[in-house]
Amino acid sequence: MVILMNEDKIVCRCEDITLKELRDMIADGYTRLDEIKRALRLGMGPCQGDICLEIAAREICRMTDKKMEDIKMPSKRPPVAGIKMSELVGDNQNEK
Amino acid sequence: MILLINTDLLVIGGGPAGMTAALKAAKKGAEVIIVERYHELGGQLIKQTHRFFGSKNEQAGTRGIDIAQGLTKEIQNMSEIKVLTEATAQGYYEDKIVTVSYQNKFRKIRAKRIIIATGASEKMMLFLNNDLPGVYGAGAIQTLMNLYGILPGKKVIMVGSGNIGLIVSYQLLQAGVEVKAVIEADSEIGGYLVHASKIRRIGVPIYTGYSVKSAIGESFVKGAEIIKLDRNWQMIAGTERFIKADTICLAVGLRPLVSLLIQADCAMAYVPELGGDVPIRDENLKTTNDQIFVAGDAAGIEEATAAMLEGEIAGLKAATEIGYLSKDAITESRRLKKELRKLRNGPISRNIRKGLSKVRGDDNVKKNRYSHLR
Repeated sequence: MVILMNEDKIVCRCEDITLKELRDMIADGYTRLDEIKRALRLGMGPCQGDICLEIAAREICRMTDKKMEDIKMPSKRPPVAGIKMSELVGDNQNEK
Repeated sequence: MILLINTDLLVIGGGPAGMTAALKAAKKGAEVIIVERYHELGGQLIKQTHRFFGSKNEQAGTRGIDIAQGLTKEIQNMSEIKVLTEATAQGYYEDKIVTVSYQNKFRKIRAKRIIIATGASEKMMLFLNNDLPGVYGAGAIQTLMNLYGILPGKKVIMVGSGNIGLIVSYQLLQAGVEVKAVIEADSEIGGYLVHASKIRRIGVPIYTGYSVKSAIGESFVKGAEIIKLDRNWQMIAGTERFIKADTICLAVGLRPLVSLLIQADCAMAYVPELGGDVPIRDENLKTTNDQIFVAGDAAGIEEATAAMLEGEIAGLKAATEIGYLSKDAITESRRLKKELRKLRNGPISRNIRKGLSKVRGDDNVKKNRYSHLR
């Protein structure tokens, strides 16, 4: 059996990021979600942060003594869900 | 090759709110397109095999799945409504166009008004081994069991005693699954007493003031270690107890799906009582973007009856603004709003009322967690 430390709880399932990785980042001074997103890929998987960003925001609040409503959330950009390249550019073999 | 479609009203999401919104607008004469991600309409209703109660006027005593079927049939009979299933709204752009993935093509839809009824996603919980196979969201369990007839496991631990946790527990019991326990972090049961009584009568223990410390198992769930919490929700060491199970079901709340609203530059407010970030809107569900309305769980987590009323109110107002005027629109809107107020009047809706008071008014600016993007 793989023994996990207490901080090795998965925060972001899409990108397999643990609570320890997140806490280390915050302790290193990455206290904005946008920075953490870029550094860890947190929230960049298929769910686009719908699940993990709240948990990460709460962790920032806890470690930096902020309120949830003061956390600046990362931007939301299209596309909302995954999309095939062929959908975007069209299928050239069938359409001219 | 990008196709552009023009329409009066675009409804994003074909759940309870989206369906009633489309119907109401179409009945006033508007040409409507519904974009739905799943292969059929109905949203969460199609998983709801239990009877509704709450409001007597709004479908009480009817099963969710029957409500969905009734509304779907009504929509199919309206030539004004075009339904795109297995279609995903992908983005909102400055030129007021929505992009949609549909039948392997990327399409653009230009609508005079848009109603965003995208619903919600389930919240996750932090505990050790929370990614072990056998840890499910309550929505997934309902999909497996009630849509596909597949049992998630034999022995389930339910986490969360809100209405979803209680109802899904009962559905699991009906399907012959053993519900080992319901775990609730709060000191009180979250859902209606009538649901809690049902599962207590069958003998399911409800542990209030407890949380999950860890899922136990190597390659799949074999049980969970639960632990008592103090008043500040901190785990009390030494109070752990092990419960054997092959499934852990998380019913710990929902969060509005608001990506498109943020892309559309709608002013948001962080309102925990409504599940998270929700758009500021007026009594007609109009957001701060003049083209866009919101309805249902995307506007704040509530029950389907409220979502259906919100859909109707938004649909009616959207149709009027597009130019489909009707003599009775004002009285009809007033009646719908009154009904919605009545529905939210009880002590159970206290939190909802508190939340709703925060989506209007001027102090919202402080609570907008997306304001830096505007």
